[in-house]
Amino acid sequence: MEFQIPDFYPALTEIFLSSAALLILLIVSFVRQGAGQVAYKLSQVSLIIAAVLAASPILINIDFGLMFGGESWTLDGAGITFGQQCATSGKMCFTFGQMFVNDGLAIVLKPLALIAVSLSLLYGRRYVSDRRLDTAEYYLLVLFSALGILVMISAGSLLTIYLGLEMLSLSSYALVAINRDSVQSTEAGMKYFVLGALASGLLLYGISMVYGATQTLNIIDVARALVEQQANNTIMVFGMVFVVAGVAFKLGAAPFHMWIPDVYQGAPTSVTLLLGAAPKLAAFAMAFRMIAIAFWAFAEQWQHMLMLLAAASIVLGNVAAIAQTNIKRMLAYSAISHMGFMLLGLTSGVVNGDSYHAGNAYAASLFYVVTYVLTTLAAFGILMLMTRSGFEAENIDDFKGLNRRSSWWAGMMAVVMFSMAGIPFFVGFFAKFLVLQFVVATDHLWLAVLAVMMSLVGAFYYLRVVKLMFFDEPVETAPIMGGIGVKIALSLNVLMLAVLGLFPHLSMSILSIVMNGSF
Amino acid sequence: MTAVPYLSLSIWIPIFGGLLALCTGGDRNAQVARFIALVAALAGLAVAVPLFTHFDASSAAMQFEEHAAWIPYIRINYSLGVDGISMPFVVLNSFITLIVVVAGWEVIQNKVSQYMAAFLIMSGLLNGIFSSMDAVLFYVFFEASLIPLYLIIGIWGGANRVYAAFKFFLYTLLGSLLMLVAFIYLFIHSGGSFNIQDWHELSLGLTAQKWIFWAFLLSFAVKVPMWPVHTWLPDAHVEAPTGGSVVLAAIGLKLGAYGFLRFSLPVVPDASQYFAPLMITLSLIAVIYIGFVALVQTDMKKLVAYSSISHMGFVTLGFFMFNALGIEGALVQMISHGFVSGAMFLCIGVLYDRMHSRQIADYGGVVNTMPKFAAFFMLFAMANSGLPGTSGFVGEFMVALGAVQFDFWVGFAAATTLIVGAAYTLWMYKRVVFGAVANPHVSELTDINRREFVFLAVLAICVLVMGLYPAPVTDVMHASVDQLLKHVAAGKL
Repeated sequence: MEFQIPDFYPALTEIFLSSAALLILLIVSFVRQGAGQVAYKLSQVSLIIAAVLAASPILINIDFGLMFGGESWTLDGAGITFGQQCATSGKMCFTFGQMFVNDGLAIVLKPLALIAVSLSLLYGRRYVSDRRLDTAEYYLLVLFSALGILVMISAGSLLTIYLGLEMLSLSSYALVAINRDSVQSTEAGMKYFVLGALASGLLLYGISMVYGATQTLNIIDVARALVEQQANNTIMVFGMVFVVAGVAFKLGAAPFHMWIPDVYQGAPTSVTLLLGAAPKLAAFAMAFRMIAIAFWAFAEQWQHMLMLLAAASIVLGNVAAIAQTNIKRMLAYSAISHMGFMLLGLTSGVVNGDSYHAGNAYAASLFYVVTYVLTTLAAFGILMLMTRSGFEAENIDDFKGLNRRSSWWAGMMAVVMFSMAGIPFFVGFFAKFLVLQFVVATDHLWLAVLAVMMSLVGAFYYLRVVKLMFFDEPVETAPIMGGIGVKIALSLNVLMLAVLGLFPHLSMSILSIVMNGSF
Repeated sequence: MTAVPYLSLSIWIPIFGGLLALCTGGDRNAQVARFIALVAALAGLAVAVPLFTHFDASSAAMQFEEHAAWIPYIRINYSLGVDGISMPFVVLNSFITLIVVVAGWEVIQNKVSQYMAAFLIMSGLLNGIFSSMDAVLFYVFFEASLIPLYLIIGIWGGANRVYAAFKFFLYTLLGSLLMLVAFIYLFIHSGGSFNIQDWHELSLGLTAQKWIFWAFLLSFAVKVPMWPVHTWLPDAHVEAPTGGSVVLAAIGLKLGAYGFLRFSLPVVPDASQYFAPLMITLSLIAVIYIGFVALVQTDMKKLVAYSSISHMGFVTLGFFMFNALGIEGALVQMISHGFVSGAMFLCIGVLYDRMHSRQIADYGGVVNTMPKFAAFFMLFAMANSGLPGTSGFVGEFMVALGAVQFDFWVGFAAATTLIVGAAYTLWMYKRVVFGAVANPHVSELTDINRREFVFLAVLAICVLVMGLYPAPVTDVMHASVDQLLKHVAAGKL
């Protein structure tokens, strides 16, 4: 048997980030004082370099002219060839025996995920140092979880997905419990671990059945085997159910959502942000690759499953969020409902065997999840801005009278809330609009009506935050803390919500091209 | 196409003016914020006036059109244009904005920059609603305009402002979300167009039309508001600061009615005719029942709020009889109501600023201490009850004529409003203004100052001019209304 050296170029980002993480591990073990400080700076540098590396295929070969083209409804992905920069030709660029893929989706999602992690670290910097959590381990765990995210995004095989997922999850379990003296934090970590391990088990069980039915783990080969009807349908459907359940758990879709509120609330806010932002991008990639691509031939079946998950998530997330007094828990339930909306796009790909709009429908989901990550970053960023040493700003009432304390940050938070509620001109509206468009196009009017009615319910609790900030008198008058850098980054982040809401065309087109080219 | 993008200017000048006012920050620079607001409002009015003077009244087509691709990915265009139905409202709105800025000049001392910014931004958004030719653009403006009013009610409102603000926001959102689903449905069935005028030509079956009609109805009925989804309005009016009430009554309520004309009637004409009896019934209930409800109010603002619902019932009644008199009368009524209800709320605001009470029982004999004010208030009260010679009469008379043309008993029922309306308005006026001085507070009242005199006088002139010579206003509508009626009569089946 001849050993062939695989093409390393597509996996450059991952290779760089893992080497960087190991190097930092080595460096900080020689630093006596302020290891956390050093680790923070090195992590930020590595994340940014990794983001540039991940985006390099776009940066090298970007053709803006095509993106601004008028008739984008019928874009077939032929216009831009993101993947062709790879060593292999074709739209998809595989390596490691098809275990790893660096396609348009990966090239777009990876930089975004890395930037999200980097921003999460930036926003949480003061928070963790105030609480003396900024040890070197904290940043290393973050780097490893970022690596897990990258591997998940680029997975070409079911096993690679699992690998990335476990890397992300194990780092996250530890991060949630990093405040080891806090009962809440350790309890949340334990819950997350037990439930997460169970879900991983489900997923693995499903993967083994898929393997049994198709004799392969490669996503493309699974898809091919199913299209050519070479698989045992009974085993396959069982496997699919387990896989969907596992994915739903990772996404936090009802009824597999139980961990989300507890973990969001129990974890230190900086960790909640790390969990709530970038991993959603990876979860989307996982859902897309494991379900939409691998089980392409079974689209009608899993679309129904996802539809129920989506409807349940939207209803449960929005209704339960009303009753919350802890803003982290409220945002957790809101996350559940947002994931439901994201799933709606995935349910609208194939209509009566017609997959003409599938790429655009999935692009709607992708747009939703990207804008959601942007919004979540801003929400938790502002939340952490309001904390001080010894003061958590966890209760909704802590936002009372923010307009009197700082009009600017009250306005910023209001933008975030209105965007989450889906009120124009903020980007949240267009994200919902785009998804709804495909739901209506598939003639699932009841689902569209349910979704908009639940956004109405959702509007209530987002508005309540606005109400507290603007209509109520402040309980305390402490000034808003935070360095100027954080404040500028956070403000730009929020303003992005408005800018993307006013001019969503470019980002929508790019994502649509990416999705159409990715399958 | 005109060289000057008047519509875009009338939308964006107030919005940017508002953002600029917001930039002045806290209350230290309040005076700067006020002047920025005044300049922006004046500029907004200045670019809206040419819409009226350069308007070609002989054409039913959209005028001052502007087209640009906004989000080509989902075929949403930045398409603006006005016809005889929408143009007057852009002008009216720009005018009312100026009045509101002047009216809030000294009264608002708390977060002035935010107050002025909210009104200016809302003014721009409202202009956007009336001039959108693209449904999503319309929707975006429609929903975005909730935010400033929500904040206006919530920040500068009365004691129960939080409840009122939420009720206002959620009620309106409820309706508009269903409209959004209908929009998407129409988009898909028109082969991918959000252009409202394409939808006018789109053929739809009766069942689909009925569903779409209900989606539109829910949205616009809440906004008008029609009985029985009117309950948010009295709350919102009572709690809102004077300026908020003025904009809400003068422009906010017109959005729903405008929506009927722009969407319901032309897009689903057959369903509109099918449901016309229902709409007429609901309108008559609003006119008569709500009129009686207004009669028993003890709060002046609530009374005017109910009278607004009753007057808007007249408007929807006019629409769904499908004759030219009815629709034009309803449009005149809408504009007149914009002046009159705005003026009524301003008058109540003048009293409230001095006495901090809106209860009718707290007043009495105001004429003794505020004679100039009493004269203005008298004029507006008369206009509100539809006295000939004031603008209130023209619209009501036209709609009543149209109603008699349609069916004698409908006309008869509608005409009772002339009696009920006179009863509640004049009775309220009598109790507040006439009689002996009721209490020491009233005896200490000071008459209106120069600023208050100016805005009340301007509105009084508008009311009288429209009442005596309404032709300039009705002339611009003829062509558009005729075309609309022909379109509805032809149907789509």
